[in-house]
Amino acid sequence: MLAYIARRLLYAIPILIGVNLITFALFFIVNTPDDMARMQLGVKRVTPEAIEKWKTERGYDKPLFVNGKASGAAMLTDTIFFTKSARMFVGDFGRAEDGRDITREIALRMGPSLAIALPTFVLGLFVTVSFALLLAFFRATYLDFWGVVLCVAMMSISGLFYIIGGQYLISKLWRLVPISGYAAGLDAWKFLILPVAIGVISGIGSSTRWYRTIFLEEIGKDYVRTARAKGLSEITVLFRHVLRNALIPILTGVVVVIPLLFMGSLLTESFFGIPGLGSYTIDAINAQDFAVVRAMVFIGSVLYILGLILTDISYTVVDPRIRFDR
Amino acid sequence: MTFMDVLPVLLWSDVLVWLLVLAGLVLGALSWRNLPLRAAWRRVGRSRPGMASATVLVVFVLIGLLDSLHYRPRLENRDPGQPVAYAIEVLSVLDAMASPLRTRNEKTYSGPLATRAYAKESVEVREADGRVSTTRDFPRLKFGGAHLGEAEEKRDADVLQRVLAAEALALAVLGIASLGSACLLARRQGVLARQAWNRLWKGETEFAWNAVLLTLGFLLLVWLPVLALCVDYHVFGTDKVGQDVFYQILKSVRTALVIGLVTTLVTLPVAIMLGILAGYFRGWVDDVIQYLYTTLSSIPGVLLIAAAVLMMQVIIDTHPQWFATAAERADLRLLSLCFILGLTSWTGLCRLLRGETLKLRELEYIQAAQAFGVADLRILLRHILPNLMHIVIIALVMDFSGLVLAEAVLSYIGIGVDPTMISFGTMINNARMELAREPMVWWSLISAFAFMFALVLAANLLADAMRDAFDPRLAGAS
Amino acid sequence: MLGFRAAILLPLLLLAACGNEQNDPYPARERGQNILYSAFTERPKHLDPARSYAEDESVFTAQIYEPPLQYHYLKRPYVLVPGAAAEVPEPAYFDAAGTPLPADAPQGTIAHSVYEIRIRPGIRYQPHPAFAVDGEGRPVYTDLEPSKLAGIETLGDFARTGTRELTADDYIYQIKRLAHPRLHSPIYGTMAAHIVGLKELGETLQREIGKLPDGAWIDLDRYPLEGVERVDRHTYRIKLIGKYPQFRYWLAMPFFAPVPREADRFYSQPGMAEKNLTLDWYPVGTGPFMLVENNPNSRMVLARNPNFHGETYPCEGEEGDRAAGLLADCGKPLPLIDKAVFTREKESVPYWNKFLQGYYDASGISSDSFDQAVRFDVGGGVQISEEMQAKGIRLLTRVRASTFYMGFNFLDPVVGGRDGVSEARARKLRQALSIAIDQEEFISIFLNGRGIAAMNPLPPGIFGHAEGEAGINPVVYDWKDGKAERKPIAVAKKLLAEAGWPNGRDARTGEPLVLNLDTTSGGMGDKSTLDWLTRQFAKLDIQLVVRSTDFNRFQEKIRKGAVQIYFFGWNADYPDPENFFFLLAGPEGKVASGGENSSNYVNPEYDRLFVEMKDMDNTPQRAEIINRMNRILQEDAPWVFGFHSKSYTLAHAWLHNRKPNDVANNILKYQRIDVAERARLRHEWNAPVVWPLVLIGAVLASVAVPAVLAYRRRERGTARNWR
Repeated sequence: MLAYIARRLLYAIPILIGVNLITFALFFIVNTPDDMARMQLGVKRVTPEAIEKWKTERGYDKPLFVNGKASGAAMLTDTIFFTKSARMFVGDFGRAEDGRDITREIALRMGPSLAIALPTFVLGLFVTVSFALLLAFFRATYLDFWGVVLCVAMMSISGLFYIIGGQYLISKLWRLVPISGYAAGLDAWKFLILPVAIGVISGIGSSTRWYRTIFLEEIGKDYVRTARAKGLSEITVLFRHVLRNALIPILTGVVVVIPLLFMGSLLTESFFGIPGLGSYTIDAINAQDFAVVRAMVFIGSVLYILGLILTDISYTVVDPRIRFDR
Repeated sequence: MTFMDVLPVLLWSDVLVWLLVLAGLVLGALSWRNLPLRAAWRRVGRSRPGMASATVLVVFVLIGLLDSLHYRPRLENRDPGQPVAYAIEVLSVLDAMASPLRTRNEKTYSGPLATRAYAKESVEVREADGRVSTTRDFPRLKFGGAHLGEAEEKRDADVLQRVLAAEALALAVLGIASLGSACLLARRQGVLARQAWNRLWKGETEFAWNAVLLTLGFLLLVWLPVLALCVDYHVFGTDKVGQDVFYQILKSVRTALVIGLVTTLVTLPVAIMLGILAGYFRGWVDDVIQYLYTTLSSIPGVLLIAAAVLMMQVIIDTHPQWFATAAERADLRLLSLCFILGLTSWTGLCRLLRGETLKLRELEYIQAAQAFGVADLRILLRHILPNLMHIVIIALVMDFSGLVLAEAVLSYIGIGVDPTMISFGTMINNARMELAREPMVWWSLISAFAFMFALVLAANLLADAMRDAFDPRLAGAS
Repeated sequence: MLGFRAAILLPLLLLAACGNEQNDPYPARERGQNILYSAFTERPKHLDPARSYAEDESVFTAQIYEPPLQYHYLKRPYVLVPGAAAEVPEPAYFDAAGTPLPADAPQGTIAHSVYEIRIRPGIRYQPHPAFAVDGEGRPVYTDLEPSKLAGIETLGDFARTGTRELTADDYIYQIKRLAHPRLHSPIYGTMAAHIVGLKELGETLQREIGKLPDGAWIDLDRYPLEGVERVDRHTYRIKLIGKYPQFRYWLAMPFFAPVPREADRFYSQPGMAEKNLTLDWYPVGTGPFMLVENNPNSRMVLARNPNFHGETYPCEGEEGDRAAGLLADCGKPLPLIDKAVFTREKESVPYWNKFLQGYYDASGISSDSFDQAVRFDVGGGVQISEEMQAKGIRLLTRVRASTFYMGFNFLDPVVGGRDGVSEARARKLRQALSIAIDQEEFISIFLNGRGIAAMNPLPPGIFGHAEGEAGINPVVYDWKDGKAERKPIAVAKKLLAEAGWPNGRDARTGEPLVLNLDTTSGGMGDKSTLDWLTRQFAKLDIQLVVRSTDFNRFQEKIRKGAVQIYFFGWNADYPDPENFFFLLAGPEGKVASGGENSSNYVNPEYDRLFVEMKDMDNTPQRAEIINRMNRILQEDAPWVFGFHSKSYTLAHAWLHNRKPNDVANNILKYQRIDVAERARLRHEWNAPVVWPLVLIGAVLASVAVPAVLAYRRRERGTARNWR
């Protein structure tokens, strides 16, 4: 098992190098170091010398991938790509272009992001699983039919509408919670209710439909019939057998997103003024802060790969027959 | 306007749209010959929600197709003898048909069916004695309800009359259509028209005629009044610069369709090829392809899209000579958005196809074919590919709604379609502040959301019906 | 279903547990305090006075730092008054030999001008750990081991603070910091051309810094600056090259505020920068406020500086200020509030709604987001809706010291008159477009009337601006019935025909005239603006191609002169006509010399007048020259003069002493809040509406009933009902 995880982690390295190559290539076509310098130094009264100085100071005066002037290994190491990306592998993201330490900033913003993402995730899972279980219970009745139609309708509504409409109704018309903002600690709850509720509701449609099919598939299996033939009540069958067995595909399916919860949500965070990682990313894209963008891409990729490994592990945990020893 | 008066313009997205139509027809014909697929299509035809939503989608597609025939109108020659020149504005057949909607611009906001502007303005009134005085009033619209002249109070009666007339027409058309289809059915099945009529409405037909007719009736009842009114009113109001919201909705349809369909189309070949190769050959080919899609899918989607969209924009900006008109620029940006969205979405399909191929190649008849020394390419084309078609079809319809919704979000963030291109996303983006206005301007936002909802809902329902029909696992279960 | 109901009921229970205003975004303990609430949209990048130049940064820096001079809060046009200085300095002039010259000496003879600035004694810094000293007067926090920083995360974690008196050396230290190569001060280039020796200092420091390790501290006191001289503890002199009357305006900006050497040294200790403990993040000043909480992602808090030297509310103002109640606090000690809380609002809808709910006392200074939200009177009057008036909200407007324009690139053959298109033709084309583009309509649609159409580059309030008939642009307007009226479109069409494009077609070849406009997406680049513009060009049958692009690409095109028509705006650095006219001066050409003249416009006569005008004092002769320059510009039409936008503030009834001001930013100290009134109105406006929650609960319950019934039926039924 450990050997397997170690191998998977090693396999992550070429993937991360690939990710970095793509990010650098894309970003440098869009944003030459000159552009970055101008962006950071402002528009008014900027001299070409100031730009050169800025580039040299940050190491952006080197070639991107291959240094033709250097010899030997330095041809590849004395480049923007190598100097900027090698350090990320040891967890040093350096500084944002405005001079602030990125690792610190990420640590600061992780809290608010998780404060939104975690309750949304847990509550959403709970609500959708319950809802799907209900639909499965009432399968082949008009309740099930209209429940599915409701789900399809809900998933056809744009996420923007949920946010805009929710803010308008709950905060503006009914004045029940602050319309946006964030506070640390216990004060946070009143800011979290609305985004979490919107997050849960906008996810109900697609997840419920998916879980319902999983439940129905499980209900169709032989052991469920046997259990029912033994005279167990429908409720007992559903909770004891169907729910427990269907949770395996559901949980293994959602494990992959758990690490990504750290990244926060771009839309929710900027609409509700939550100082998390999602709004950090948006700000960085708008400010063309390459240091932050590449750090976020890197972290996102690491978390995704972590999610894949976790999924594999969760398979072995829930189903001991699966082994990765080969 | 004669044909000579225009210069036809073939935008790249038009080419792809018409190719898509062609491909759809060819694919339909091919799959009709394949027995399991034909059975699946039959099952789709039986599904009432599926057929109802297909009817709705056909209307959207027709609008989109009309909007995919482009031309440049000829400039008016005031002096005879001047050479022929064409405007740089690119119009479509839909624009020509909807030219009253397109050209009748008010100054700024006006509500649905309004005859007066939405906000008071200082109006200069010249008194009888020649003095000029200013009063504040809601100014009369230039076009909205202009046919009423001074008699603005007659608006309600006029609207009601038009709606009633349109509804009557709708019912009449519906009646004729149902009679027609009943007769058709009667001829086919060799029964009496009355029997056919009963079967039709009781849903005892092979094809879900009742759903189609009901949806058609519903569409007629909704659309005909709108069409009857839009000639002289702004049915859904006007936006900030006085453009008709209904016109913008019509234009948005094509953008949504292109994003939803072309994206999958352009990435299908890559996904199919790589998926099959990885699953069939395994070994290092599999490793390379897996590496490729793991790398791509591990980059956070929005960031990848943002970077790629910005990059495309740089390329477009540095080559202004490529484009004769603004429409061509916007079109290339739309297409590049399709490619970029495809870049992030092909990995899922590729993984599915790889898994399915892995299973297929272990089947006995393929093992046997390999043992007999049949060329790999032949095996792939003859045995593997046809057995994957159902996955491809399901992926195509399942992705559609997600892509339409994604476009809105991306345009909202500012990395979507060209800002000059009308789409649901840009409409919502432009209207983002309107809810906060005092008094509130709600019509563009609500109309955009409502039509997007209708499109996506129809697509989702059809996708459901098709998945149920094509997925053999589910088909066996039910 | 259980989860559903819990999700609905939970907030309901929480609601019942608390007081009335459920939507109060601030902690309950802040209620009833003398705190001003406002918002910021962009996170400030720099708070270091040598680096900060953006307006959203000066919202903070201007309250913390005290430059020698400031603008009078109420008087208009803007008047400089002493800030930390004892009086506004008068320059002394010297010729090349160093002999003093009289104040009215001709410009050519002046080699140097010297400003002697006297600081008021007894001014003390805000409490700060950099000043903390032990019993023997030695600083506590110098040469800190990185290990000692272990428990320290913010500035507040240092146990001890101290203060000291402000001296002239602190001002000198900051002027030297402008040349610091690591700081990239945005005005270094400009100031190096004016302050004697600053350029040399910059070069020396650049050399020295190469020898030092990264981030090491340079003691600027060891490097002399020729042009700045310490006279005594409270006096220093700045020596400038030639005559530069605008220099006084610079002395009112945070660039010339004092920075104590201790603070610079304190922050440069190893380990500080990693914790964001920098001058850029935690400013140290002598002003009325100090930054006590710095979280640019969500919240910035300024609190009253306990060591503030004291200043009183002004007793004079312009006409109408007394009636507006702006002089009621005359003579009271400043600041009038204890704290100011700034919350970050990125999206405009929440920002606007919170303002309406009473949780922001006034709109921010650069709150473009409110543009759309407020329904201003289209006729140009300043009025707000009845609902808002009923709430007691006031709208205050003032034309900003800024101008927006659509520029023509003179390097382009068609609009610039080159390569076969004669200058006269191009000029007529530009004039025709100036008439056709209806700025008044633009202002009414897109700015909600918050602006005035520009006649020339100068906005009102700047010396040389003329009102009435004398001030109109005769190329574009006629004076009729006592007001300026845009010439009819027929005039523009005639001009276009004379230019050789009758009805938008080339008279010889018949080719249609196609013009390209470059903009940045967002702002000017959004769809509705572009649609409108296309319609303006279509009035002349000219076809407009809009290329909207991102900001960097736009800048690059401008730099290379690869645009034809472009949109730009300019916010003045200081209220002087020179700061507007230099945007069209030939030597400032963007392509030729990287200056600010993006149109690359060159007119020798204009340039001659500009040189003559720029260093003059505000005399009638200067006004006359300005008039001639304006006539040249109106005739040549290098810009389609757009509009001067109005800055505006929306303020609630409980906020007093607010007066729009776009040149000075240190306005926080003048604001007063009626806390009791605010509490009352907030309470009145924010009663929660609970019935929808009850309704939703009822609907869910009613859905549950058939579900339960169906469940019962199933339980009673036999197993064969199940598949």
